[in-house]
Amino acid sequence: MRGAPRTSAVAAVAAVAALALAACGGNGGEPESSGSGGADEVEVFTWWAAGSEKAGLDALVKVFDEQHPDVTFVNGAVAGGAGSQAKDLLQTRLQAQDPPDTFQAHAGAELQDYIDAAQIEPVSDLYDEFGLTDVFPPDLMDRLTADDGQIYSIPSNIHRANVVWSNRQVLTDAGLDPDATYPDLSAWMDDLATLKKAGVTPLAVAQAWTQVQLLETVLLADLGAEGYSGLWDGSTDWKGPEVTAALEDFETLMGYTNTDRDGLDWPESQQLVIDGKAAFTVMGDWAEASYEEQEQELGTDYSAFAVPGTDGVFDFLADSFTLPVGAPHPDGAKAWLETVGSAEGQEAFNKAKGSIPARTDVDMSTFGEYQQSAAEAFKSDTIVSSLAHGAAVPVATLTAITDATSKFTSGASDLAAFQSELAAANAG
Amino acid sequence: MATATRRRAGVRRAVRRAGAPLLLLLPSLILVGVFVYGLIVANARQSATDNHTAAQATGQAPTTGVGLRNYLDLLGSEEFQHSLTNLVLYTVVFLVGTMVIGFLWAWLLDKPLRGEGFFRSIYLFPMAVSFIASGVVWRWLLNSNQDEQASGLNRLFQMIGLDALQNNWWNNVSVGIVAIAIPAIWQLSGYVMALFLAGFRGIPVELREAARVDGASEWKLYRHVLFPQLSPIALSALIIIGHMSLKAFDLIMSISKPANYQTKVPAVDMYVFKSAFDYANAAAVGTILLVIVAIVIVPYLVHTHRQDKR
Repeated sequence: MRGAPRTSAVAAVAAVAALALAACGGNGGEPESSGSGGADEVEVFTWWAAGSEKAGLDALVKVFDEQHPDVTFVNGAVAGGAGSQAKDLLQTRLQAQDPPDTFQAHAGAELQDYIDAAQIEPVSDLYDEFGLTDVFPPDLMDRLTADDGQIYSIPSNIHRANVVWSNRQVLTDAGLDPDATYPDLSAWMDDLATLKKAGVTPLAVAQAWTQVQLLETVLLADLGAEGYSGLWDGSTDWKGPEVTAALEDFETLMGYTNTDRDGLDWPESQQLVIDGKAAFTVMGDWAEASYEEQEQELGTDYSAFAVPGTDGVFDFLADSFTLPVGAPHPDGAKAWLETVGSAEGQEAFNKAKGSIPARTDVDMSTFGEYQQSAAEAFKSDTIVSSLAHGAAVPVATLTAITDATSKFTSGASDLAAFQSELAAANAG
Repeated sequence: MATATRRRAGVRRAVRRAGAPLLLLLPSLILVGVFVYGLIVANARQSATDNHTAAQATGQAPTTGVGLRNYLDLLGSEEFQHSLTNLVLYTVVFLVGTMVIGFLWAWLLDKPLRGEGFFRSIYLFPMAVSFIASGVVWRWLLNSNQDEQASGLNRLFQMIGLDALQNNWWNNVSVGIVAIAIPAIWQLSGYVMALFLAGFRGIPVELREAARVDGASEWKLYRHVLFPQLSPIALSALIIIGHMSLKAFDLIMSISKPANYQTKVPAVDMYVFKSAFDYANAAAVGTILLVIVAIVIVPYLVHTHRQDKR
């Protein structure tokens, strides 16, 4: 050990030197000023790298090339992990003040973190410039507007989260009516009980976020649209008896689900229903694409309807594009945002991706059957924000809610603890 | 003048003596200083702030020092205690499993045996597979469905008539993490075997012969002659496997999901905190992990250092 003091002295000196270096590096790299030039290209950062999402992006790029032939499109798509890989990389790039020219993000509260971090710029004046203010439904405009009265992104497409998908053959085999409509959750649970006795999985779910999505639709069904929206602005009490009742329903529904849920992702649980191993699943309407791929027919092979008790409510989430602070090509980004918001762009993109346009003035007659009905619902229904997809709460709150949900569904906490953890998560 | 010249000569001599080695060491010293020790300090400083939001992470909102409060909150929370318990369970099972199986294989292969090279390769092969890749396979093998819906190992148990052995594997909330130790043991037992085999081969034949001539029984031969010779190897194996186990992340991520409560360990917590812009807590978890690993590694380093001196 005689050599140790000198070694540690050297280490200490090195550490001090490192600190000095770190201190110097801390405030370097001021963001480049934006708003000037850079209209020759645009790097678009998305997680649309495969399947129907990639097809949608390709269709959108085609429209972009027609509308803005002088701007080169640079694809910054990052594959993997349903967007989580992309979000990790985006977080790093924004921290390093190396933003892409525009990036994909869920519209709504998920943007709040970027707004608080001063990483994206308001685009409200672009809404006026492109004439978008009146073509989006007023409910949607409310959801897009941040606390400071500004809008920070332009939505490209709309998805609905409160949809139940059923396998009609499984229901018929169990002696149930595949065309049955359920006024509320308890009527639906009666059929789930019958299915369980028949030996099939009544309700398929996957990993934690799909359980959160199920939870949000149960809350929506039991509290109603107003009560549900109140959960996010504080006017509904998380500790109240109505929430307790909803959580009891959630517990009952989880009792009807597949035991291997935590190891699956949504395409796998969807496949359980398609393959007839499960009867129902609650999944956003992007699931439509997997039916189309496998040539399943709506109304003969499968049915899709709003989660019982949420009829007339559209639990929305939207992908949208932003204008990052310090983007190298702000004019290119504005050109991209113009295409994203345009009727032609929305039509081409959504037809390929299987979602519906955020604009209400797009001609839906050439869209698929499900999309037409969803677009109709989007126009007339009450619109509420999805919890599991970042429209209702910021990332940190969603993480806390997801953790509490996983703890509850894995059996580590009881209902009372679950409810108080949810309340704590929303309190901040 | 004279003193200055003499002093300059002295400096020159000192530089000549220490200069070349120091010059050679300098790049690595600086790199290690900045990227290891400097960042450890930066991490520790981060963990003592209230930097819990995106705005604070980018300097839009002020952060203030909170001392050790993040640590106290973390260590006091039921969730983090659950992660630590999982880590201990995983480490104990992983260590005992690899050591016992690795030693057994080495002991068997140490006997003169036909096809030794063949078996050695077979046992070592799993180590060549990445945790992520094997995790994908084991996720399917460790499917928690039972009875009619069973697949993977549960289905195998049914086929061989051991239905009672079916279980929900890593989905058990209290001991599920042990199921994830199974693939880890499968992958690294061969490595421990290789270490022990080298140890066995390093023991001179004369020692065994001498013990046998002295009338030692087979057990006594192992107990008093071979085991003492193997103990440095066992210690190295323990340290290597132990620190791998404490940093367990990839295998858990590919079998389970980061949000799953039943398989949380500190490394997963750190990832989840970081993704939610809670940099202070992520840093605090990182420091706790570093301390835990240090508790395992430092005594070993001290020990080997003493041995080198001897």
